[in-house]
Amino acid sequence: MKLKEVATFLNAEVVCGHSKLDREVNAVFASDLMSDVLTIDSEKLLLLTGLVNIQTIRTSEMSDIKNIVLVRNKKASPEMIALAEENRIVIMQCSYSMYKSCGLLFQSGLNPVY
Amino acid sequence: MQFKYTIEAGNFTKAGDASSSFKKVLKQLNVDPQIIKRIVVSLYEGEVNIVAHANGGKVICEVDPNRVFIQLIDQGPGISDIAKAMQAGYSTASAKVREMGFGAGMGLQNIKNNSDEFIINSEVGVGTKLAIIVNLPQV
Repeated sequence: MKLKEVATFLNAEVVCGHSKLDREVNAVFASDLMSDVLTIDSEKLLLLTGLVNIQTIRTSEMSDIKNIVLVRNKKASPEMIALAEENRIVIMQCSYSMYKSCGLLFQSGLNPVY
Repeated sequence: MQFKYTIEAGNFTKAGDASSSFKKVLKQLNVDPQIIKRIVVSLYEGEVNIVAHANGGKVICEVDPNRVFIQLIDQGPGISDIAKAMQAGYSTASAKVREMGFGAGMGLQNIKNNSDEFIINSEVGVGTKLAIIVNLPQV
């Protein structure tokens, strides 16, 4: 699924990486715990999280995660956006809960990591 | 080649700066991306541990054609029971650390899982030293 389709399903606002919305994602991992995110080894991953701080982006950088959706109406800070842009990471924001976001993406055919 | 980084205690804004810098080095050296990921995930876990738990410390990364050798050396307080610290789920992390998304008691195990060799030594009141080796495939 392309990121622009993810944005449509979640009614999400693209915060940065507007030129990369044709990027494909194959699987979703949803967590507010970066310790868990660091254990994931999956390509073309979409991370759903409600954790909003600079370590969300650092963790993604280290884990080669290029696509993030912030759920529960959380907003990326300017520092997060700057670091994401430096690492070619797309950030989207949506007002849906984690549960609803996961449900919509699962229903649309995106796979879990495990 | 050797690269040294200083890690500040408690500064979560800068946590990951060393890992990010060393990742750029490894990319420039054309190391396989899958191996880079194992190295930097290990390094980042260790770096966050120093920020979260220690009174500051340093990281020394050495790259040679056969392997990457990383030492993370902190200035205490040290770990009294290493076996317990290695147990999945055991953590002494503060509320602040948990708010940052860490402190689940998975870091040391994740370093072990991502490295070819992992050695931890600690002395209470002195500090903790991690040695991580990731072998590089020979072409």
